[in-house]
Amino acid sequence: MPFVRISASLACTIACATATLAFSPGARADDAPALPDVPLTGGKLLLTGGVTQVEGAAGGGLAPWAVIGGYGTASQLGADVHGTYLHTQDYALGTWGLTVGVANRVELSLARQRFDTRDVGAQLGLGENYTFNQNIFGVKVRLFGDAVLDQDTWMPQVAAGIQFKHNEEGGVLKAIGASSNSGTDFYLSATKLLLAQSLLLNGTVRFTKANQFGLLGFGGDRSNAYHPEFESSVAYLVTKNIAIGGEYRMKPNNLSFAREQDAYDAFIAWAPNKHVSLTAAYVALGDIATVKNQRGPYVSLQVGF
Amino acid sequence: MTTLRHAALAVCTFAALTSASAFAADDALYRQFGENAGLTRIVDDLYTNVLADPRTAPYFENAPIRRIKTKLVEQLCVLLDGPCEYTGRPMKRTHEGQNIDRAAFDALVEDLQAAMDRNGVPFHAQNKLLARLAPMYRDVQDRE
Repeated sequence: MPFVRISASLACTIACATATLAFSPGARADDAPALPDVPLTGGKLLLTGGVTQVEGAAGGGLAPWAVIGGYGTASQLGADVHGTYLHTQDYALGTWGLTVGVANRVELSLARQRFDTRDVGAQLGLGENYTFNQNIFGVKVRLFGDAVLDQDTWMPQVAAGIQFKHNEEGGVLKAIGASSNSGTDFYLSATKLLLAQSLLLNGTVRFTKANQFGLLGFGGDRSNAYHPEFESSVAYLVTKNIAIGGEYRMKPNNLSFAREQDAYDAFIAWAPNKHVSLTAAYVALGDIATVKNQRGPYVSLQVGF
Repeated sequence: MTTLRHAALAVCTFAALTSASAFAADDALYRQFGENAGLTRIVDDLYTNVLADPRTAPYFENAPIRRIKTKLVEQLCVLLDGPCEYTGRPMKRTHEGQNIDRAAFDALVEDLQAAMDRNGVPFHAQNKLLARLAPMYRDVQDRE
């Protein structure tokens, strides 16, 4: 019996948004002078910190990047909330969450995903609008490098991360053959901004057992082992506030009843300032729970505070 | 198969990048900044911004602004492949001991972007200059 999967995902990237709760030592704003032209937020260049990817980490839409969420520097804290909606021909995925960056070193994130099977739920024997809910807690640590400032070397910014995922629909997942309803992804990301070319490149290797990002559980009859999966994002800064690009993300193929293919997206991200970003994308996820070739629009709003 | 396609895309991107950086050694970039007159206006606006910006202003108390402006125009000119010579002191010497942190460095970058915007420098030309300035954070900042 087929099943549903998830689709999730997404798109996107670059923009940024976020904010900085300024613990900034530089902000001695006792006599706040009114200055045009001068932004009073924290450091980092606009649009180089990514947006929030589908699992809650700062990155593109599909892939986490080595950047730490928020615009904070070593003496600052950054935080943002995001909401994302993806609609394919037969499914819908909504995600919302919170991302906090600490001292430009550690990123903590929480995300909740709601995967709606809509009409397909009935065909799959789950019931119309059957919904899978998944919670994800993420931790990312910047290891070395500065994606933005180290413009005279090819050395990227590198970060390691973990995503703990728990899918609440354990009974159904067991029934479809998933080995578990919870799983842990481990990843390593390298991000480089080629500022002279206004181009940002990211590559991520993720060790995972997740079926459709975990929305269909973890492991299955074909495999219940960790596999390395490659993910990448390319973004071009069109203007200070707009980035366009594409992403690619490999996925495991653990369930024999439902083949799983790699995901792609093309996106445009707009960040009018450091507090808000809006991303629109078109995402192709491949087959999901036997339903062929799922693709559709993706929108994501991020607000930093 | 998809992996292959992906690899091909990466190779093309890389090739495009390397060829893009191959031709740079003329003064086209310098001209995009309006040459000496343009750089002088940009540096004037930069200092208006910097002195009004609470994140950067404290670092410039009692600083010889006039001299700094002159040297900075020279330095930017050199970085843009213009016909100039930088006669100022090394970045490390002029900044050490001022306790400059990353937030202040980034703030100055934003103030510079605002000054370049105001003087009509195209975004991609701005990024070419910022790419040459960015690595100086190692000599300029004392702490993260």
